[in-house]
Order: sequence, then structure tokens, then C-alpha cells
Amino acid sequence: MTNGDYYQLLKLLAPEWTVVGTVLAILFADLQFWRNRSVAWRSAGAASILSLGFAAAAGLLIWKRAVTADLLGGTLVLSPTSQYVKLALLGLAIVTAWLCTEGEFTKHVGEFVALIALATAGMMFLVSTENLLMVFVALELVSLSLYVMTAFNKRSPRSAEAALKYFLFGGMAAAFTLFGFSFLYGLTGSIHLPTIAAKISWHAGDPLTLVAIVLVVAGFGFKIAAVPFHLWAPDAYEGAPAPAAAFIASGSKVASFFVLGKLLSVGLPGVGGSGAWKAFSPGWLAVVAILATASMIFGNLAALAQSSLRRLLAYSAIAHAGYALLAIIGGSQPALLYYAITYAVTSVGIFGVVAVVENRTGNEDIAGLAGLRERSFLLSVALSVFVLSLAGVPPLAGFFGKFYAFAAAAKLGSSLGYWWLVALALGASCVSLFYYLQVLKQVWVAPVPEGQGKVAGGWVVSILLALLALAVLVTGAAPELLIRFLK
Amino acid sequence: MNNLPLITLLTLTPLVGALLLALTGDRGERPAKGVALGFGFLALLEALLLVTGFDGKSASLQFVERHAWIPSLGVEYFVAVDGLSILLVLLSALLVPFAVAVSGGVSDRPRTFYALMLLLQAGLFGAFTALNFFHWFIFWEISLVPAYFLIKLWGGPARRSAATQFFIYTFVGSVAMLLAMQAVFLATGTFDLPKLAELARSGELARGLETKLNWTGLSASALGTVLFVGVFLGFAVKVPLMPFHTWLPATYAEAPSSVTMLLTGAMSKMGVYGFLRILAPIFPGPLRDLLGPLMALAVLTIVASAFAAFAQKDLKRMLAYSSINHLGLCLLGLFAAMQPTANTATWQTEKVAALNGVLLQMFNHGLTAAALFGFVALLERRSGGLRGLDDFGGLRKVAPVFAGLMGISLFASLGLPGLNGFIGEFLIFKGAFPLAPFAAALSTLGLLLTAIFLLTLIQRVFAGPLNERWKNFPDLTRGELLVFAPAVALMFVLGVAPQLVVRLINPTVIEAVNRLGI
Amino acid sequence: MLAWTIYISFAAAAAMFLLKPDSRQGARVLALVAALAGLAVGLAGALQHAGGGLVTIQKYPWVPTVGAEYYLAADGISLTLVILTGLAAVVGILFSWNVELRTREFFAFYLALIGGVYGVFLSFDLLLLFVFYEIAIVPKYFLIAIWGSTRREYAAMKLALYSFIGSAMVLAGLVAAYVVSGAQTFNLVELAKYPFPASFQNWAFPLVFVGFAILAGLWPFHTWAPTGHSAAPTAASMLLAGVVMKLGAYGCLRVAMTLFPEGLATWRNAIAALAVVGIVYGALVSLTQRDFKFVIGYSSVSHMGFVLLGLMTLSTIGLSGAVLQMFSHGVIAGLLFGVVGRMVYDREHTRDLDELQGRRLSRTMPFAAVTFVVAGLASMGLPGFSGFVAELKVLIGAWQTFPKLAVIAGVGIVLGVAYTLRAVQKAFFSGDQEDVPGAVHGGHAHGESAITLPEKIGAVVLIATTVLIGLYPKLLLDWIVPSFASPLFDGLRKGGLL
Repeated sequence: MTNGDYYQLLKLLAPEWTVVGTVLAILFADLQFWRNRSVAWRSAGAASILSLGFAAAAGLLIWKRAVTADLLGGTLVLSPTSQYVKLALLGLAIVTAWLCTEGEFTKHVGEFVALIALATAGMMFLVSTENLLMVFVALELVSLSLYVMTAFNKRSPRSAEAALKYFLFGGMAAAFTLFGFSFLYGLTGSIHLPTIAAKISWHAGDPLTLVAIVLVVAGFGFKIAAVPFHLWAPDAYEGAPAPAAAFIASGSKVASFFVLGKLLSVGLPGVGGSGAWKAFSPGWLAVVAILATASMIFGNLAALAQSSLRRLLAYSAIAHAGYALLAIIGGSQPALLYYAITYAVTSVGIFGVVAVVENRTGNEDIAGLAGLRERSFLLSVALSVFVLSLAGVPPLAGFFGKFYAFAAAAKLGSSLGYWWLVALALGASCVSLFYYLQVLKQVWVAPVPEGQGKVAGGWVVSILLALLALAVLVTGAAPELLIRFLK
Repeated sequence: MNNLPLITLLTLTPLVGALLLALTGDRGERPAKGVALGFGFLALLEALLLVTGFDGKSASLQFVERHAWIPSLGVEYFVAVDGLSILLVLLSALLVPFAVAVSGGVSDRPRTFYALMLLLQAGLFGAFTALNFFHWFIFWEISLVPAYFLIKLWGGPARRSAATQFFIYTFVGSVAMLLAMQAVFLATGTFDLPKLAELARSGELARGLETKLNWTGLSASALGTVLFVGVFLGFAVKVPLMPFHTWLPATYAEAPSSVTMLLTGAMSKMGVYGFLRILAPIFPGPLRDLLGPLMALAVLTIVASAFAAFAQKDLKRMLAYSSINHLGLCLLGLFAAMQPTANTATWQTEKVAALNGVLLQMFNHGLTAAALFGFVALLERRSGGLRGLDDFGGLRKVAPVFAGLMGISLFASLGLPGLNGFIGEFLIFKGAFPLAPFAAALSTLGLLLTAIFLLTLIQRVFAGPLNERWKNFPDLTRGELLVFAPAVALMFVLGVAPQLVVRLINPTVIEAVNRLGI
Repeated sequence: MLAWTIYISFAAAAAMFLLKPDSRQGARVLALVAALAGLAVGLAGALQHAGGGLVTIQKYPWVPTVGAEYYLAADGISLTLVILTGLAAVVGILFSWNVELRTREFFAFYLALIGGVYGVFLSFDLLLLFVFYEIAIVPKYFLIAIWGSTRREYAAMKLALYSFIGSAMVLAGLVAAYVVSGAQTFNLVELAKYPFPASFQNWAFPLVFVGFAILAGLWPFHTWAPTGHSAAPTAASMLLAGVVMKLGAYGCLRVAMTLFPEGLATWRNAIAALAVVGIVYGALVSLTQRDFKFVIGYSSVSHMGFVLLGLMTLSTIGLSGAVLQMFSHGVIAGLLFGVVGRMVYDREHTRDLDELQGRRLSRTMPFAAVTFVVAGLASMGLPGFSGFVAELKVLIGAWQTFPKLAVIAGVGIVLGVAYTLRAVQKAFFSGDQEDVPGAVHGGHAHGESAITLPEKIGAVVLIATTVLIGLYPKLLLDWIVPSFASPLFDGLRKGGLL
């Protein structure tokens, strides 16, 4: 079961070490040298260190991109795909860190940036394991970091409220997850996913199996904010500091989707049941299909009624979780990852714009974007790209992501059994266009409010946002550029 | 000479004139009128060339121009003249300069007015020379547009509704005709009128309708009848045949008189020509089947319009009904000629007579009616717009030349021997009496009434005591005399020597009758 | 070569933002140059492709994972519509010469829309086609929402949602076809060869067809059209009615009908009936409108009914008539909207026919009056104009299959005459009675500016086009008719439908 080669383990985990090292470096630098500097200076410094460290980690990942490994009984499982996903996570974290330079929500920016790095480390572990215990530990590392990040704006009661809600729901979800894992272990005697896969099919139809599935899916449903485990999301999105919200919406989503997909398709392939039209049978496919349905419907309908931009994004995120679940149902890892990564890039981009605008105007409503075109052309274009991508308008990444996911689901089963789900998803997309256009209407159509001047982010953030928008466009127009890394 | 595309030139001449007028700046009426007259005479010259070059002994199509146009629709550019059309071309060429010369006092947008006149002429030329339905239909419809605007913009007080009524009525007829012809095209794959006539004779058309058209529940002959009715509607409105005439009196009355000259003189002939060129050759079967009712309509038109004319107080309306009456006679002759008979020489002669009569009547009526409306135009101009039957009286005394010439025209219209109107009506009745005695007999009632109301007109306007109001009524000026004298002279000439024109049409008519006989 | 129509448009749209934000003339000129270049490329490319057969322009792998290709090609149908797009684009710009508000952005959106439209007409890969189809939606929204008039935001949203719903239906059908065929390709020519099961076609066909037909104004899904057309700024109305509605009809023909011939056979009668209802309904409603633009908007619904009816005839004559009608209506509707939106509304600031009635526009703006009259005549299907040939062909085709519907459509034509005359009458020639003849000669009683040169050029170009095609339709038919011989339509032929 073990090969005990710790040296190799260390080598393979070099990127993770680098990330953890970055955490320490940031904390050290901030505490030791920058106490007297301005917050802005410190956040830029911290973000720079994080960027350098993560760039190094990314370099290591790229260098070892072809690696495959399975150590310590599935505790550390590396594949090219997991390497690329980690790369994406690093990139998202870098952007998130730079978002801290927009707006002063805390004096302790060093800690905040370090937490981003710490959460990133957790995500990296999360995507490189097939061991349930490791999954749980990594998940908790991520979650705890995010809880704290959410609460970081200590002057804002909403931040505290959001963090509390997030924490309570998260704690409960963790409990569910752990409970579900224990059932799986009980049924199969293993916490190693391939082993579980081999044994669980003996228990197909066992009510206990179903309970286990429901519990596990519920736990992850919380992470990805699928209905009915979404209640924390609007508050967290609204109350958390912008970078925290951005990271919840991006990095956390990528990692969670990756793991959930792996858990279900690698760990529980034999107990999928069916969610096909008129052919329901219990299993995770059915459970996920129900979750997806509820998320798409509820998320889109609720988003229609929002006036707060962040709450709108939260409900849109719920809807998108529903779409992404279609890729899980379709069992297509490339589709799922393409969707999750492009969605994360889009989200972090939107939160970037939101951070800049809120920082300058203090207005969190959609109406706060009024006349943005006159006030910052770059932000307007970038925001339009992101929002249209979310709406699924080609040639942006959001379109191909949806298409890929829907096609995967449509292919499943005989005679288009999951067709109802695809049709529903398409219908839901149509609804979503309405509220996305409301956002763009403010940007492009609404008049510039009186006395509002230009809006501009720092130059690093501006460049990053431009790059993100470009990435959304390019990966959408030429999806193969991204997909070939995900197969 | 034969290489010259004379017909194309003829059609293009007024078009060029119209364009020229439309594109040049506004310089008042006189230059515009001058340009219109110039192009009118140029066209007349070309038409005369056509007539002199026309071989009267041949029944075949002459001056043929034929080019591929839209192959996928079986459409060719195919123009020619034969005996059926040569007179009408000549008529159009005569009437437009006549009408232009008569019109005057167009102070409002004169340029547009004369441009539209010329456009109308182009439409007439096109419609009378085109031998492909598609091509023909373009001109048939295009001529509506200038007429519509001439009425609408320069007409009398109720011009707006009159113009719209005119347009919509005619268009409904056109659409019906178009729909029917589309079905015919579907059955035969061609729009070529002579060819369609041939296919109709050989029975190919009926077979095509049966096999290629998928109208469930209708036999080929019933379908043929339906299509016939469609095409018939288009022409009946235009002629007009009662009860499709209701647009006409208002239109003729509201249109400026010079425009009415063209409407009644030339445009109404398009309808009769359509009967001759399209309806009768392509739908001989259904036409024969429905001959009874059609004949009844013709008789109704002749008699009822005469009665209606009787009741009119407005000169223009009276003349309008008189026009309906005259064109009804044309149709009577036509329907009579379609009467199925034994294929003997005697019957053929009668039919030839009737058809010759129809063609002559068209020409004559065009000339006479145009002259009459022209005179009304002069009356109106002198009286400040009055044209009631009872508004005048005794004009003979103050304006003898005017009264004389208009009187001659009126007599020509009622068919006095020695004037042009006589010979046409005579031939029609000569043919119709043996072929359709009952209808012909009834129609003479119309003739009688016409004579009465036209004489009444003469009496009320020119005879009797002089209405004091008009004691300074000016006689024809020299210019006006110059315009009207040739027209009246032509009435005499044709009355005395109808052979001048009959020789042009007779062979074609004989040929047509021979074909109908099969 | 033809592919450059797409690239030029998008490149110019992007290049707009290199201009200074307040440079108006620069934006206009750039837009005009780009549109002219697009038209020139379209024409030149079309001339190269004489014959109308299917010619590949560019073909590269695009998303090999799902089998999508970057596959641009053209047949006679595409060529016709590409030329139409070029024309409409150029004239639209000429008619928007007076846009002063955010000129740069206006033309950027405008050119983006044009680029998307070119893309749709040239794509023979379904996914690619769909991508371009959707690209066209967003600029439409902004063009109306920002530069529109009456209830613009409502109209823009309605248009965007209708389009999006339609495209969602299309996407659903495409994905289904892709999955069912299992061929791992979106190549239209390949997919058209696949014999989809009849039961599948029976629901996939209406899905895709109606999805596209929403944009073509199929009754009863047409309601976006009048509101959208009316609210849109002139150039956008011209494009909407002139080109965008054609996108829908083109999709119906190119995608729905070639992929699902058996489904087509099942639904044919129903759709033909809807098309005719549209013809008559559009005309009737148009007859009662007070808003000048609504008159034209509903007339578009009516005219597009002829396109759909032509498509359902499934005979070469009817189909080629439908394509010709697309072209013809594009030109004529463009002209009508140009007159109403630019010449009348921009100067009189009202489109209410009752209000216009007293203004004697035929005197104050004779050019507009003449242009509208000519356009109106063309629109009512008077022979000599392009609409006549097109409707003639459509109706001939209809006679073959739906004689009764053909007759009803004839009623629609007559109604078309009625509403056109009514509009001509009310808008231009009313109030004539009271005036002293000759009092005003081309003067400008209301102080409005004279018709400008760009407007005149635009109007003349469109009129010349409709007359040219009306008198010599062979120019286009030589491209259109042979297109139906391509293997794309094998499915229809096999079913004995073509």
C-alpha cells in the first residue's frame, strides 16, 4: 500500500511546498518589514510575493506537467490533468490576491493574502488525491481559510454575518460529508476511491448506499452552492470582501467540481442509477439531476429579482452550478473542467470589476454601474465580456462551456434520456439573458449619473482584468486551446 | 430598317422623356409641356414608321424582337405587333400628344405631371406590344401608377377616394389574373402568349392543369373555369364590364380631363385588348362554356350604362358612362365572334366582320372619346370648372367653331354614318345579329339611348337660348383649333375611308377566326 | 476571399475604438469604408463563384474534440444574401450619417452585427453558424436600447429574448442531431446525409425550424418584429428588417429543411398555413396602424410570410422565389425604413400618421415622397420591381402544392396595396387640398433640413437594385437556382419533396 519513498513524495509535492512557503514568506515580510507602510503598499507587496511564489510553483507544475503518480494508496494521485487544474488554481489565486489592492477592507492584508495562499494549498491537495480522508482534510483547509477571509472586514457587520452563515452551513455540510464518507467506508471497508468503486456496486440498491450518496452530494452541494444547499451564497457573496467572494466563486468552485466529478465518476460509477426521463432509478445520477434542476430553476428565477449586483452574481452562480452538474451527469471530465475553469475565470473577472467599482463609488447596486462606459472603457468592455460569457453568448467561453456540458449530458443514455435536463438548461439560459442584459444596460445604456467621475483600477489589476477578458474570448473562440489540457 | 428595334425604341422614347423631365429642375409649365410634346411627337413618328412598315397582307407577328430574359421562369423579352395591336399602338401614339396639347394650366408640379403622362404612354406601348405575359404584366401594372398619381394629385375635389378606388379595383383584378396565370404557367411552363394559345388549342393546357396542379376535388375543366374567371376579372374591371365598373364614373369625373382622355381613350383599350390577346386564345373552352352569361353581361353593360348616362348631370360622368357603353359593344362583338357555329364560310365571314368591328371600334372610340373629354377640358377651363349639363346653353351662338367641332365628335360617338364611329358599330352588329340575334337586338336599345342622350347634350349645351352668363364665352383659339382640327379631320377620314385601317387588321382577324374555329 | 467580409467587419468594429471617443466623421468614414469593402469583397467573391454550386472558402479543424470545423463555404443562396448584407450595410451607414450620439460605438455595434450576419450566411458548420447567429443578437440589443426611440428598452429586450429563445431551440435541435447521428461532426453537408429516424425528425424539425423562424417573423412568433423595428434607430431597422429577418429564413432553409426532410414532410402543411396567416394578418394589422414604422413593421411580417410559404412549396421555383424574396424584401424594407426613420421621423419628430397628415410632406420633402412611393410600389409587388418576380415565383410554387393558400396569399397582396396606399396617402399626400397650388415648391415649411446627399445616394442605390433585379432577376437566379442541385438538398430529393 505504501512505497515509503518520502523523498519522491517531497519532490512530487514541490509546487505545494512552494505555495506553503509563499504563505510563510508573506506573513514574515508583512510582520517583519512592512508594519509602518500604508495598507495599499502592503497589499501590493503581499500580492507581489504571492505572485512570485505562485509563479515559481506554476513553473514547477509546467516542468512536471507530464507526471503521473499514485502514492500512499491514493493519498497523492497526480496526472497531467490535475497539474493543469492546479495551474488554473494558481492563476486564479494570483488575480484574487491583486484584488486586495482595490479597497481597504482590513489593515491586516498580509494575513489575508496569506490565507488566499493557504486556501490555494488546500485546493491543490484537494485535486490531487483519491483518498477520502485526504479529501476531507483538504476540504476543511480550504473551507476554514475561506470562512476567515469572509469575516475579514471587521468593520462591516455584514461581513461578520456572512461569515457566520457561511461557517454554520459549511460546518454542517462538512458533517454531512464526513458522515457520508463513513457510510462509504462502512459499506466497502476502504477510503480509497478505486477500491470503493470496485466494491460499491455490490451494494447498488442498498438504501445505505443511497444515504451515503445523498450525504456526500449534499456536502459538496454546499461547496458549489447547489440548491437546496445554497442559502449561504447570497449573503456570503454580498458581505464578504471582494477578493474573498471572488475566490469563493472561482478557485473554490474549480476544486470542488473537480473533486465531486472524480468522486462520483471514479468512486461511485456502479451506483449511478438513472435520471433519464421516465426511467428514474435511485443513484447519484438521479440525485445530481434533481440538484441541477432545482439549481437552474431557482437560481435563474431568483436572480431576476435582484437589485444588488453581488446577490445577482450569487444567484447566477447557483444557476451555473446547475449547468455544471450536467457535465458531471454526462461523465465528461473535460467538459466539467472546461466549464468550471472558464466560469471561475469569468467570475473572478467580474468580482475584479465589482471590486474596482465599489471601491471608487461605494455603490453595490446594479445601478451603481450606470454609465460605466464613460467612466472606464476598459472595465466596461471587460465586464461585458464576462457577463455575456455567463449568459452563454458565443464566441465567449461561457457558450462553449454550456454547449460542451449540455452535449455531454445529451449523449448519455439511450434515446436522449437526459434530454429533459438539457431542454430545461437551455430554457433557463434564456431566462438568464434577461438579468444579464439588465447589468449591461446599466453599463452601456443608462446615462452617467451626476457628479460621477472616472473609475480606474490599479494598473496591475487593469492588466489582469484585460488578460482575463482576453482569455474568456480566446478560450471561447478556440476552445481546443484549453480542452487539450483537460483530457 | 428591319434591324432597327423599332418597338423597343418606341417604348423607350416616352420613358426617356419622363426621366428627362423628372431629373431636370423645375422651370414652370411651358418647358415641361414642350418636352412632353416633343417626345410625344417623336413617339408618334416612330409609331407611324411602324405602321408604314407594317405588312398589311400578313397575319403574322411583325417587327419581332426576342431575347432571353429570365430562363428559369420561361420569360423572354418578346415584343411584336400584329393586326390586333398595331392600331392600338397608333392610338396610344396619337392620344398622348393630343392629351398633352390639351392640358394646360397645370401650375402645380407641372414637371411631374408631364413626366407621368409620358410614363403612362410607355406603359401603353409596352402593354400593346409585349407577347410574354410577364413582360406584358409589367406594363399593364406600371401604367396604373402614373394614372393613379395623375388623378390623385391633379384631380377634382374627390380625387383622393377616386384614385384609391381606381387603383384598388384594378389591382384586385390584376392579382386575380396573376394568380390564374401562375397556375397556367405551372401547367405549361411558359408565359409566352402565342405559345400558350397554341397549347390551349392543342389541349395541352388542359392536360397540364390536370396533371401538374393539385387542387383536390376539381376536374381540369372546372379548374380551367376557375382560372378563366380569375383572368376575366382582371380584364373585366379594366374595360369595364358591368358590374365591375363602379370605379369608373368617379375616376373619370375626378381625373383632370386631359388624363381622362388617356384613361378612356387608351387605357380602357388595354382591357379589351387583354380579352383578345390573352383571355380568348388561352381559355377558349371556358369562354364558350360561359358565353351565355358573358353575353348577358355585355348586353347589360351596353343598356344599363346608356340608361345611367341618361341620368347624369355632369358632362364628364355622362361621357364616362357613354364610354362604358361603347366598350360594351366591343365585348358584344368579341363574344359574338366566339359563338360556336358550324365551320362554314358564311359564319366565318360574320365573325370576321364582328372582330374587325371590335378592333375598329376600339380605335374609333379612343379617338372620339378622347376628343370629347378634350372638349370638356376646354369647357371647364373657360367656365372655371363648371361642367354640368345645365350650366351652359346656347354656346353655339358665341362659339360656333367650338360647338361645331364638338358636335361632330358627338355625332361620331353616336355612330353617324360618314364619321368614324359608324363603321365599327356597323361591323359589330353585322356580325352579332346572325351570331347572337337576341343579344344584338337588345343591345340596339343601348344604341338608341346613346343617340338620345348625346343629342340631349348637344341640345342643352350648344342649342337653345344663350345662357347670359356665357355671353363672353371665347371660341376656340388658334392653338386649340390646331390641336382639335386634326382629330376631327381624322374622324372624317376614317368615316369615309375605313379601308385605310381595315387593311392593316383584316388578315390577322381572319387568321384569328380560323384559329378560334378549330 | 468571401471570408474577408466577416473579418473586415469585425476588424473595423474593433478599430472604431482606436478612434478618438468624440470623432464622429472618422467613425462614419471608417464604417462606410469597411461596409463598402465588405460589399466589394462580397460582389467580387460572388462573381468568382459563378454557377451557384457549393464552394468551400475555408476549412480548418476548430474544436476537434467535438468535431466542429471552421468551415466557411458558399452557394448561390449564401452569395445572394451576402450581397444583400453588403448593400444593406452600406446604405444603412449612409442613412445614419446624422448619428451624433456616441457615433463611434454606434458603428462598432453596427459593424459587429454585420460581421455576424456575414458569418451566418457563409458558415457550413452548424456550430460555427450558430456562433455567428448568436453574435448578431447582442449588437442588436444595444443598437435599439441606446439609439432607439419609442419604448426602446422594452423593444430591445423583447427582441433579444425572442432571438435568444429561438436560438436556444435551435441549439437544442442541433445538439440532438449531433448526438443522434453520432457522427462527431457539425459539418452541414455530412449531417444532411445522415438519415435521422422519422420519429426523431418529427420533433426535431419543428424545434429547429420554429427556432429560426421566430427571427423570420413567423406568425404567431412575430410580435418582436414590429416593436423592434419601430423602436430601432433607422439603420438598425433597415438591418433588422433587411437582413436579420433573413437570418431566420436562411436558417430554416439551410439547416432545418436540409437536416430533417421527413420532419418537414410532416409539418409542411401546418407551417405553410401559418405563413399564409402571417401574410394576411400582417397586412391587416398594418392597415390599422397609426405609427408609420409599425405599418412597415407589420408589412415585413407579411412579406416574410411569402418567404416561408415559398420555402414550404419545396419546388425549385418556389424555393428560389423564397430566396429572391429574401433579397427583395431586404432591399425594399431597407428603403421603406430609411424613408420613414431617417427622412421623415428625424425631421418631423413624429411617426403618427394622423399627425403627419396635415404636414404636406410631399411638398416639403418631395424626394422622400417619391422614394417612399417607389418603395411602396415595389413593396406592393408591382411588376418591374424585385418583389414581383419573387412573389410570382413563390405563388407559382404554392399553386402546385397549396392552391387554396395561394389564393389566400393573393388576398394578402391586395391588402398590401391597401395599406401601402393608405400610408402614402396619410403621410405624404394629405393636406394637399387646402393648399394653394404652387405655394411651396420644395421649400421647407417646418424648417427641417433638406434631404442630404448620403440619403439620396442610399435611396438611389436601393431603388436601382430593386429595379435591376425586378427587370433582370436572372442576375441572382443564375446563382440561386443551381444551388438547389447541390448534395445538401439530397435528403429532400430522396423524399421526393424537391
